[in-house]
This record gives sequence, structure tokens and C-alpha cells, in this order.
Amino acid sequence: MKVRVGIGIIAFFAVVAVVGPWLNDLMGIGPWKIDYDAISRPPGGGHLLGATSQGTDVLAQVIAGTRNSMVVGALAGVIGIVLAVVVGVTAGFFGGRIDALLSFLTNMFLVLPVLPLTLIVAGYVQDTGPVTIALIIGLFGWAPGARTLRAQTLSLRGRDFVMAMRMLGETRTRLIFVEVLPHLAGWISAMFLHLVLGAVLAEAGLAFLGISSADTVSWGTIIDQARQVALLNGMWWWFVPPGLCIALLGTATGLVNFGIDEVMNPRLRTADIKAMRKALA
Amino acid sequence: MSDIPILAAEDVTKHFESRDGVGRHVTVRAVENVTLRLHRGRIAALVGESGSGKTTLARLLAQFYPVTSGRILLRGEPVTGPDRRFAGEVQLVFQDPFASLNSLRRVEHNLRRALKLHAHPAGDEHVRELLGKVNLTPEAEFARKLPHELSGGQRQRVAIARALAVRPSVLLGDEPISMLDVSIRLDVLNLLARLRDEEGLALLYITHDIASARYLSDDVFVMYAGQMVEGGPAESVIQEPKHPYTRLLVDSSPDPERAAGSSAFTAAEKLGEPPSLVDPPPGCRFHPRCPFARDECRTEFPPRTEFPDGGWTNCWLHVTRPEDTPTP
Ligand SMILES: Nc1ncnc2c1ncn2[C@@H]1O[C@H](COP(=O)(O)OP(=O)(O)O)[C@@H](O)[C@H]1O
Ligand SMILES: [Mg+2]
Repeated sequence: MKVRVGIGIIAFFAVVAVVGPWLNDLMGIGPWKIDYDAISRPPGGGHLLGATSQGTDVLAQVIAGTRNSMVVGALAGVIGIVLAVVVGVTAGFFGGRIDALLSFLTNMFLVLPVLPLTLIVAGYVQDTGPVTIALIIGLFGWAPGARTLRAQTLSLRGRDFVMAMRMLGETRTRLIFVEVLPHLAGWISAMFLHLVLGAVLAEAGLAFLGISSADTVSWGTIIDQARQVALLNGMWWWFVPPGLCIALLGTATGLVNFGIDEVMNPRLRTADIKAMRKALA
Repeated sequence: MSDIPILAAEDVTKHFESRDGVGRHVTVRAVENVTLRLHRGRIAALVGESGSGKTTLARLLAQFYPVTSGRILLRGEPVTGPDRRFAGEVQLVFQDPFASLNSLRRVEHNLRRALKLHAHPAGDEHVRELLGKVNLTPEAEFARKLPHELSGGQRQRVAIARALAVRPSVLLGDEPISMLDVSIRLDVLNLLARLRDEEGLALLYITHDIASARYLSDDVFVMYAGQMVEGGPAESVIQEPKHPYTRLLVDSSPDPERAAGSSAFTAAEKLGEPPSLVDPPPGCRFHPRCPFARDECRTEFPPRTEFPDGGWTNCWLHVTRPEDTPTP
């Protein structure tokens, strides 16, 4: 149930991210359309969630912003999880020198001060759009996941069922992809969601610090702009919707991870396998 | 018995480099100068209490890890490593059937991979044939099952079927029934006996239960703390144990045929602890627990003494010195 609610929320944001611009057109609103009569107007009438101090529609901005926030999250999540899986599983499965090298790399990225580095890199790169930010966050965020996956793989590779398949003469590729990796699916999906949320938050944080390109709108940039004006004037309708979106996404990933934990931890009882197949399907 | 053994461990030793509780480097002397030969159509039982090195020896035979010294011979040829050809000859059945099958894969996945890897036809009918061989019927139904839908005994049969799929000539069973319900143990033992009789497999049956060794095996080998102390035809080893440790094992195993109270061991000796393999006693490792221990037992491992009934033991009590009168 928890997992379903969580997945539902995430799916909702994903859909909004995909169809957002079309949705705005349908409602006849747009993130950059200025309505001089509606400047700073509270929710109601022609502006469902009110308007900003520039006269733009808050709902339209949030819908448009969903796409960029989700793009940052998904892209950073994919980059981060691919790196974590490649580095962690390779290190854990092969051991020896490969492990020593990859573990060194992982530990280096673990102790890197990510936020200051992100700020520095973001400051250097011209025009910090969502893709750039996703790249930075993904490239700096994979290490904790890699460490966990390494430990899990190390324990899996010595388990009897892997040894038994190895005894048959099974190829390494198939041992990794067919025997070991499926057991990490729960971990991997939990980490992916964690990375997505982290990236969305980081993007918002960077926008809040003024690091983001001026012509993109995301949940973070909306809050950033609202911060400068809305807090003083009590324009809660400006910053509450994007804030709520971030909070909702956080809750959703929490719910899903919670559910995955419940499925993965008690050693695979009958009901759990079905639940896991559902959860991972 | 005089033909070349299919698989043999010749004078093998295995030391594990490991760390103790406080992280110091230690050497675990798990197997010491052990020789074991497996012959076509025969079941050899390897008996010894937990920690005596039985699993280590089986895994050396299966090329899980390299020997520290000694040689593993397949049909008289030294084995160089675990390649596909070796895998096609020697298979191992693990102790714990709940751990040896991938919980996410169906029974047929295991069997089909085993068939394919060794270039055997791997159609549904071949998978069913294997399941029939281990009495898992209806075969088609079992093929589709996931491990959690099977009992321990059924899982162990699947593990055996997977090992048989490669058409091995040697099957190593590491306590294959110890984790199964008592009610189905006999079925699995009978299955192993049938594989020996019908397929001519060479089997190694590892157990700490001497009664099942007697029931199933043609030969019995006894290990204590990494050393092989006695071996020979099953009846001779179990009816007339030569080594005091074998005597202890036989006496402490419940057997209605044997009169109680004939043991040379006191209860305290029976409860003795097996020694540490990090710092094992010198000489015969059994001497701290042996009521007959002599001076030479504490310093030197005894040579092998052979008996007319085909049995042998490494025990100073049976070594005839030129100056001694022969033991009665
Ligand atoms: N990989 C290993 N590393 C270190 N010590 C080991 C390893 N495998 C087994 N041992 C040690 O070797 C000894 C013999 O173990 P084992 O062969 O499992 O005995 P058995 O199967 O007769 O119970 C034990 O003391 C065990 O702790
Ligand atoms: Mg064992």
C-alpha cells in the first residue's frame, strides 16, 4: 500500500513532467505569460494558484518547473546509479586488484566535499541549465551507493547458489547479470530514488543560491524568486506549491524505500516474493 | 579397487590465511596431508565431527580453491584448475539446499543452464527427464516452480538434478541430508545409492552421522581435526574400528545392534573439544582426547598400518616396531 501511494505520486509527477507544456496550453496559461491585472493576486478566478509579483501564473510555473526538476532528478539518478552499479558490483564481484582500485576511487569520492565542489563547478560552467546540474550531481553522488553495492555483491558472490552455478562452468557475465544483479534490484531502486530526490533538492538548493540559468523554471527557481519578494509580502501561494511538490516527492521516495525495505529484509517469505515482484514490476 | 581412481586427492594440505578475533594474522591448518581416492560405482563416506575439514577437502576436490600442497588427480592426470571440462566431470552438492538455489530463478533455469553449458540438448523434455531421475513428479509442474515453493528435500533433489545435468562421473555430497527432515533423509540416500548402481557414479558422501555412512557407503574414511586417521571397507571400519577416534564415533552413535556400555571412553572424554586448527596439537591431533595416548603420539604423526581386511589406520597403537612383539 505504502509502495503504491509512493509510486502513484512519483508517476503523477512524471506524467506532469511529460505533458506539462501541453497541459498549460490546454488551460490557456503559460509560465512566462504576464497578466498585468493579476500582479500578486491570491488564488482564485483566472489564476487557480494565484499570480506572482510579475503577474505570471503560479500554477503554470509549477507545471513547467516540474519538467525541469524531474529532468534533473531522473538524469542525475540514472548517471549516479549506473556509476554506482558499474563500480560497486565490479569491485565486489571481481575482488583483488580491481576491487582495491575501485574502492580507492569510491572512497575518494566519498570524502569529497560535494556541496562546495558542486558550487565551484557550477560557478565555472556557463549557463547552468538542468542538464549541467544533473551531470554534476550524478557524477558526485554515486559513491555511497557504490560502497553499499560492493558490500552486497561481495556477500552474494560467495553464497552457495552463485558457487553452484560457477561450479557448472557458468560464464562470469551470466553470473553477474543473471544470478547476482537481480538480488540487488531492491537496493538499486531504493538508491535510484534517493539520488533522484537528492538531485531535485540539490537543484533547488543551487537555484536558491542563485546558481541556475535565468531562463529555466524549476521548483527551485520558483522558490528562489519567491524568496526575494513573497516572504516579505505574505504571498504564501507563490512558494507553497513548489515547496509542497518537493515535500511530496520526498515523501513518495520515502514510502517506496520503506516498502522495498520491508520486502528485502525478512528473508524472502512466500508473500514477500510476490510483493517484491509487484514492487519491482 | 585396483583400477585408476576417477578423482583423487593425493597428500593434499590446505592452510587458510585468516584473521582471529582481534585482527591478528593466523593460519588455519584445515587439511593436513590427506589422501582420498574415489572409484567408479562406489560410494566413499567421509566421516568426522564438525570442523574436521570435510567441507574443505570436498571443495579442494571440486577445485573451489587451490591446494596448499599435494595434488588433485582426475583419471590420474593432475588438474590445473576449474575449467568447463572439469566441471563436466565433477559436481558438488551443497549442504544447505535453502542456500544453493537462486531464490529468484525457477527450477528449470538451473537445469537448462547446466545442460546448455555442457552442450547437451536442453529442451523441455530433457529438463523433465532430469527431474524424473530424482523422483520429482509431475516433472512439468516442478520445472516451473520457484525454490520457495519446494520443501528442503525437493530442493536438494533439484540441486542433485542440476549436478547430474552435466553428466558428471563424480558427485561430491557435502552432508547432503543433514539439513533435511528426518522423514525424507532415507529417500535421498536411496537416490544416491541408485545413482551409483545405475549410472556408475563415483560418490563422496560427507557426513558426521556414522549410521548413515554405514547404510550407504562401500568405503569409510575418518577425519579428525584435518588429519585422515582411518579408512577401509565400511563394514570393517564400523564393526572393528582400529583408531580410538573411530571407536569414539562408533560408540557415540546410537546403534540398536550393539550392546551398550562397552565403550573404553568415559563421558568426559566423549565430551572433549576438537582442537584449534590455528595451533593444533603436535603429532597425532587426537592425543589430548585419547585415553591410550603414548609419548610418540605427542610428537609425531603415526605412519599408516594396513590390515588384512582392507582397512588401514594412522595410529601408534597399531604400529609394529622391530623391537615390539606384534599386537594381538
Ligand atoms: N575460507 C576459510 N578461511 C578460513 N578458515 C576456514 C575457511 N574454510 C574453512 N575454514 C576452517 O577450516 C576448518 C575446517 O572447516 P570445514 O572444512 O568446514 O569442516 P567440516 O566441514 O568438517 O565441518 C574450520 O576450522 C574452519 O573454520
Ligand atoms: Mg562442513
